Amino acid sequence: MNRLQVELPGLSLKNPIIPASGCFGFGQEYAKLYDLSKLGAIMIKATTLEIRKGNPTPRVAETSSGMLNAIGLQNPGLAHVMEYELPWLEQYDVPIIANVAGTDTTDYVAVAEKISTAPNVKALELNISCPNVKCGGIQFGTDPKTASELTAAVKAVSKVPVYVKLSPNVTNIVEIAKAVEAGGADGITMINTLIGMRLHPKTGKPIIANGTGGLSGPAVKPVAIRMVYDVSQQVNIPIIGMGGITNAEDVIDFLSAGASAVAVGTANFVDPFVCPNIIDELPQKLDELNCEKISDLVGRSHR
Amino acid sequence: MIKQERMKVVRHKQIADDIFELTLIGQLSLEMKQPGQFVHIRVSDSFEPLLRRPISICSIDPEHMEFTMLYRAGGRGTKLLSLKQPGDEVDILGPLGNGFPVEEANTGETALLVGGGIGVPPLYELSKQLNAKGVRTIHVLGFQSINNVFYEKQFSELGETYIVTADGSYGTKGFVTDLLAQLNPEFDVFYSCGPLPMLKALEQTYPDKKGFLSFEERMGCGLGACYACVCKTTDAVENDYLKVCSDGPVFPRGVVAL
Repeated sequence: MNRLQVELPGLSLKNPIIPASGCFGFGQEYAKLYDLSKLGAIMIKATTLEIRKGNPTPRVAETSSGMLNAIGLQNPGLAHVMEYELPWLEQYDVPIIANVAGTDTTDYVAVAEKISTAPNVKALELNISCPNVKCGGIQFGTDPKTASELTAAVKAVSKVPVYVKLSPNVTNIVEIAKAVEAGGADGITMINTLIGMRLHPKTGKPIIANGTGGLSGPAVKPVAIRMVYDVSQQVNIPIIGMGGITNAEDVIDFLSAGASAVAVGTANFVDPFVCPNIIDELPQKLDELNCEKISDLVGRSHR
Repeated sequence: MIKQERMKVVRHKQIADDIFELTLIGQLSLEMKQPGQFVHIRVSDSFEPLLRRPISICSIDPEHMEFTMLYRAGGRGTKLLSLKQPGDEVDILGPLGNGFPVEEANTGETALLVGGGIGVPPLYELSKQLNAKGVRTIHVLGFQSINNVFYEKQFSELGETYIVTADGSYGTKGFVTDLLAQLNPEFDVFYSCGPLPMLKALEQTYPDKKGFLSFEERMGCGLGACYACVCKTTDAVENDYLKVCSDGPVFPRGVVAL
């Protein structure tokens, strides 16, 4: 028996550790460092219909135990991802979760329809929560009705299960979660980054060219844990939790809060081997908790 | 090959105002070949500060399994780094990026190396490797003031070396381009690392010369995955943006929009 095995809609994960979208490119950089087949799954960088150039620099700024970023969904576009990135990833025994972004519903639907046909794409992650682009992204994720309708439209064309990535930049995240569940979402991934700003001490102006950026890293973990705790008790679809995970204890926390699997983002920049290291640490953590299999921990905070 | 290793501090000393010379020992040194590459350093074992710091490689000593870097302790992270003592361990990821192409200068030719401030260090290993293959080197190094000058002696041992200070407190007063206008050196290829206005001035001063420029930008991963450190390219290049960390930090002249 594989104690780390996790079964989710569309995803049979050999362990619950997934590099988060936007923090792992399309895997090529990290493949130089370790075997990507070790991972539970990979959430590839957000893909849009057309090529996106992203935002001007500076795009990142460090903060206390965290960082702000405003990359702006730079990506090579759907055609390139279908032709080069996804086929390249087929050499690894790892399911791909394709992060789908767009400017309007038509965009999202077009990308979802096509990218869900790739043989190694086992699920979609609908990005309705990017805080760093002017159109699309977060505007779809802050209104329950819009979020629900977009989910339904994408669900109608996708060949694989659809997970919706939620923004924490809302008054009531449970309401959005319920709305996407009603729209037919197969699962939820949460949380995207928190909108923040850092000023330059000399000029007094924002450091990031975009002005605002998305806060990530260990600083956001308590916010993410609270939101997973709340949402998991109010919906009947599984959650992939993320926000500031750096080690196996953090993973246990997210599972306890109610997530079924987790994504690791910013920590990849600090320690590029963080994902395989966590996977290696998990069995011992389960022993310490007298826990037979990792799925037994899911939601124990509110059971 | 890119490796991560806890390397041990061998020597660590201040050599000019805020400028530190740090020598580390470990297997990772043996992976370093090309001048102008950099390492990504974790200055703390906690998550405060969170991100690694990119610092260029100043010299490589494979015989002793050591390498040396020079850095300016200007911010929170590098100030923490400056407290490391011989025997302490530092988490190093590297070598990263594409450095200066030594092969672009042929034996018997002359290379002009132009550095500004904390852009000077990577030119030292470059000069060593160029001289080792019989390329004559001319070094023009610019600093703010006399207290910021470093490695004059080391560069002088390899070739003609000129120091420029912005305030005129040492060497020639002004910018490196002022001195180059007076000197009017004969050379076949130039290599440079320093502030953007300097790189721009060099491209304009030598429109017909082969040249290679090293850039910097705020970085995230250092590996090319996060798309933080992109630079805008000129119309001559197909991609609109290139990544400083993994496509660079050294680019041929004319690639990056200045």
